[in-house]
Amino acid sequence: MSKVTSMKQAISTAISDGDSVYLAGFTHLIPFAAGHEIIRQEYTDLEVVRATPDLIYDQMIAAGCVGKVTFSWAGNPGVGSLRAFRRAIEDGVPNPIELEEYTHFGLVMRLYAGAVGLPFVPLKTFSGSDLPAENDNIRSVQSPFGDEEVYAVPPLNPDVAVVRGQRADENGNVHLWGIPGEHKEAALASDTVILSVEEIVDESVIRSDPNRTLVTADDIDYIVEEPYGSHPSYAQGYYDRDNDAYLNWDEVSQTHESTQEWLDEWVYSVADRDEYIRKLSSDRLLDLQTGNAYSEPINMGEN
Amino acid sequence: MSYSDTELMVVKAAQELRDGDSVLVGIGIPNLAANLAKRTHAPDLRMIYESGTIDSDPSSLPLSIGDPVLASGAASIESLHGGFNYYLQAGRIDAGFLGGAQVDKHGNINSTVIGDYDDPDVRLPGSGGACEIASNVERTIITTSHQRQRFPEEVDFVTSPGFIDGEGGREKHGLQGGGPAAVITDMAVMGFQNEEMVVESIHPGVDREDVQEATGWDIKFAGDVDETEPPTEDELRLIRDELDPDGVYL
Repeated sequence: MSKVTSMKQAISTAISDGDSVYLAGFTHLIPFAAGHEIIRQEYTDLEVVRATPDLIYDQMIAAGCVGKVTFSWAGNPGVGSLRAFRRAIEDGVPNPIELEEYTHFGLVMRLYAGAVGLPFVPLKTFSGSDLPAENDNIRSVQSPFGDEEVYAVPPLNPDVAVVRGQRADENGNVHLWGIPGEHKEAALASDTVILSVEEIVDESVIRSDPNRTLVTADDIDYIVEEPYGSHPSYAQGYYDRDNDAYLNWDEVSQTHESTQEWLDEWVYSVADRDEYIRKLSSDRLLDLQTGNAYSEPINMGEN
Repeated sequence: MSYSDTELMVVKAAQELRDGDSVLVGIGIPNLAANLAKRTHAPDLRMIYESGTIDSDPSSLPLSIGDPVLASGAASIESLHGGFNYYLQAGRIDAGFLGGAQVDKHGNINSTVIGDYDDPDVRLPGSGGACEIASNVERTIITTSHQRQRFPEEVDFVTSPGFIDGEGGREKHGLQGGGPAAVITDMAVMGFQNEEMVVESIHPGVDREDVQEATGWDIKFAGDVDETEPPTEDELRLIRDELDPDGVYL
């Protein structure tokens, strides 16, 4: 059976209330369309995990989908605070949320341990910091080969990950270029994986450049072809980051009410990503077009 | 030529970088400082960003540390895991910039919470990669504005360790990097002696008393504390015309 489906179908089949969900992507290729679909389907009590919650989790928190956030940096990059995140923590609006907090390396090492099935991984982080006192999943261990003490974290295996790439074949072999973030670790660590790409291409395109493949078909459960699926984040070589949207979110999210108005207009009132993109002005989309800068083709040799 | 506090901070931060350094750059003042250093005294500076871009060569000013301009034309791009593991943890980075809501006497930084962790007055973004940078790079350069609430004797929460409780603190905690090397504010440039912050130069128009008043403990002054050298016309021209022509950060 084909894995290719719609985001609506993929989300409703893969995710249940209360699940732990990892929407991957460090600044680049953040699955905004998936986040909006989760909001439209009115999920509740999700444990959402991301190194950088970013605007997408701010929106999901404001929509009341979230019971817990596991994270390492919760800000609006280059702009300031995540206001809905702060309202939930400081004032319990729209509902109180639980936090589990790491550093970037601490969180990505948890995913790595989950991806490779190790009971824990050691890392040279946290010593001298107050974070271990607040998180029981950060513990010190002594090296079995000497006196050195290091910290360790346990594996993280989310119920569902949503990962992205620029292109994949219809089996789910996916190419990603630019900043890979933690897409690979999130895919390999999670029980169910939704892959969303800018375009589905012929298998021969993927096989012409196997070094560019991030994750292979075996680990992918659902494939969604969704152009502009990351806006206002970006897809290297397809469209730029919409920095104005990040700056604007600081205004939009000033109050819970103004945030709801934005969600009504841009999430609840649109059916899917296609309609969202048609709703953006064409001038705005034109501004986000990138020039072309092709890499030199490599020669795999004909064998 | 007149200049702003931010411009002076950019120039002082740039001067902390050495030619040939690998530097972990952040957004804002650090980004302008690293690009200024590269165009002046440190052409072989290698700029690395938390997003995993190695030896970035941005054609325009990035808003975030993961902007596409940092990826295009970079020498390499690592995954989040690869950048933190192979570069930071491995000790391959010489200098790193950090900011924070609070910095204390021993250079510890708080970017997590003001007040109690479980019931915070203000919830801040958290560590991100700051704890790793503070733990592993050879020289940490801190930039922040100078106000009493930002310079308490002890931070509310140690997100990123400086010298922790003072002399020998880093050795005791097994931290490989050298710790804080400089703190650059809108009032002064500070260094560290015996793992304690010491004022080394005071900006033009600022008095010793002003610095003390804006600091939450009896801060020490170096014996030869002098006036901070103002930016040159060349430096100001580079910052205004080339690095931040739209005045995003100035």
